[in-house]
Amino acid sequence: MGIIKTDKLVFEYIRRDDEGNVEGITRAVDEVDLDVKQGDFVAILGHNGSGKSTLAKHINAILYPTEGTVWVDGMDTSEDKNLWDVRQNAGMVFQNPDNQIIGQVVEEDVGFGPENMGVPTAEIWERVEESLKAVGMYEFRKHSPNKLSGGQKQRVSIAGVIAMHPKCIILDEPTAMLDPNGRKEVIRAVRALNLAEGITVLLITHYMEEIIHADKVFVMDKGKIAMEGAPKEIFSQVERLKELRLDVPQVTLLAHELQKSGMKIPDGILTTDELIDALI
Amino acid sequence: MLRDITLGQYYQADSVIHKLDPRAKLVATIAFIISLFIVNNALGYCVAAIFLAVVIKLSKVPFRFIVKGMKTIVFLLLITVVFNLFLTPGEALVSVWKITITKEGLRTAVLMAVRLIFLIIGSSVMTLTTTPNNLTDGMERLMRPLKIFKIPVHEVAMMMSIALRFIPVLLEETDKIMKAQIARGADFESGNLIKKAKSLVPLLVPLFISAFRRANDLAMAMEARCYRGGEHRTKMKPLKYKRCDGIAYLVLGCYLALCIGIRVVT
Repeated sequence: MGIIKTDKLVFEYIRRDDEGNVEGITRAVDEVDLDVKQGDFVAILGHNGSGKSTLAKHINAILYPTEGTVWVDGMDTSEDKNLWDVRQNAGMVFQNPDNQIIGQVVEEDVGFGPENMGVPTAEIWERVEESLKAVGMYEFRKHSPNKLSGGQKQRVSIAGVIAMHPKCIILDEPTAMLDPNGRKEVIRAVRALNLAEGITVLLITHYMEEIIHADKVFVMDKGKIAMEGAPKEIFSQVERLKELRLDVPQVTLLAHELQKSGMKIPDGILTTDELIDALI
Repeated sequence: MLRDITLGQYYQADSVIHKLDPRAKLVATIAFIISLFIVNNALGYCVAAIFLAVVIKLSKVPFRFIVKGMKTIVFLLLITVVFNLFLTPGEALVSVWKITITKEGLRTAVLMAVRLIFLIIGSSVMTLTTTPNNLTDGMERLMRPLKIFKIPVHEVAMMMSIALRFIPVLLEETDKIMKAQIARGADFESGNLIKKAKSLVPLLVPLFISAFRRANDLAMAMEARCYRGGEHRTKMKPLKYKRCDGIAYLVLGCYLALCIGIRVVT
């Protein structure tokens, strides 16, 4: 069993009218089977409303499955006694950088998780220093979060999660509210964590460029997993991606169009360099 | 323009008073306020004034900063003085038409004014030398015994510090909503007070909605980071009494004893 595993996971949102009668049931996540190996960089893609955020909230035990089971590091998330261990092992970074920073000073925010876990004071300081250094925000430790840019705030949030020493981190569209520079900063920090510290990463996004380096990609649509495979396998199916209303990176699209018009180019070109190599 | 607002009124300086434990400063402020009501004659107020002057000198906060805080209470001060001056019955001092100033009236008016001024200066010395963060920490620690009465001390302190964290965020948001509405022809400037107040309604509604949304997100983020109230929680920056805090308590004790002494003797 991998670090994160779901078995036939179903989650239903129940809509009620004013009297509390059930108006309708929406299946946000529909029989999803997921298995993520320790140390992998896994991306989940999907357009708005495809159920990817709902799926992410299950892994951190913020939502509980309607049917099926979720295991994090072998622990069933729906059991109360596992709750805090699950949350410590599967750290979560959310979309809005402003709404997840609790501290008034950067270092205090990073210390918030360890404080909650009851880590001794001296060790909190060690953890804060090490996590801020890991995301390259150490020199900002005395700053107020209000004065940081979006990308910097998200890196502080990531530091706050890794200070809890999780086995995996789930990033729920961490770059959706950032400018291109901030986006690059955050993705670079996440990749470095994955490569250097071996932390399993589950990145939820709708930006294709961010998943190029993933070990595995899942594409979600209407609560189900529509496609799964390595980035190259996913990107070679340009038509299918368009059907799922996802944008393909420009280079891949160009390669695909060239291929359609008869040029001999391999499938699944992801970067400009690859295309240049294929053309020359 | 809204972004430049400073929170509380903390004045950054490197002084003994700044370094004191927030608990010591809170206790001292309360003790000072009590002392103002213990003493009731000129000698007592002289002692209080000297004590206050020494503290201000030690805190290295420029006097004009402290006086700035007084502006807000000028009105209150005036009302107190006027009412006490004219409405206290007793031996007439000056009498013009129906207005009489009595000896007792003059005495209480001066006493109340001095008390109020000292009270405000005393507490602003505390807020000027303590960061809001430290202040909430100190309050949480001091009020811990109240837990016996099921008062959620930690939760209240957490709420206060989150509120402090979000004031600039919400101010920025207000600024944004205001600009968006001005761009669409809203008018926040002209008209009388009632009209101005009414024009704020379309500003407050989106602000409240977004504040609730933020609160919801924040609660989720806190839970995701294992927040479960004050139980089992350790502190990254625990409060520790140092030697200077001991000395401060000693000085405070002497001062209080002196005040009580003056009251008893005279």
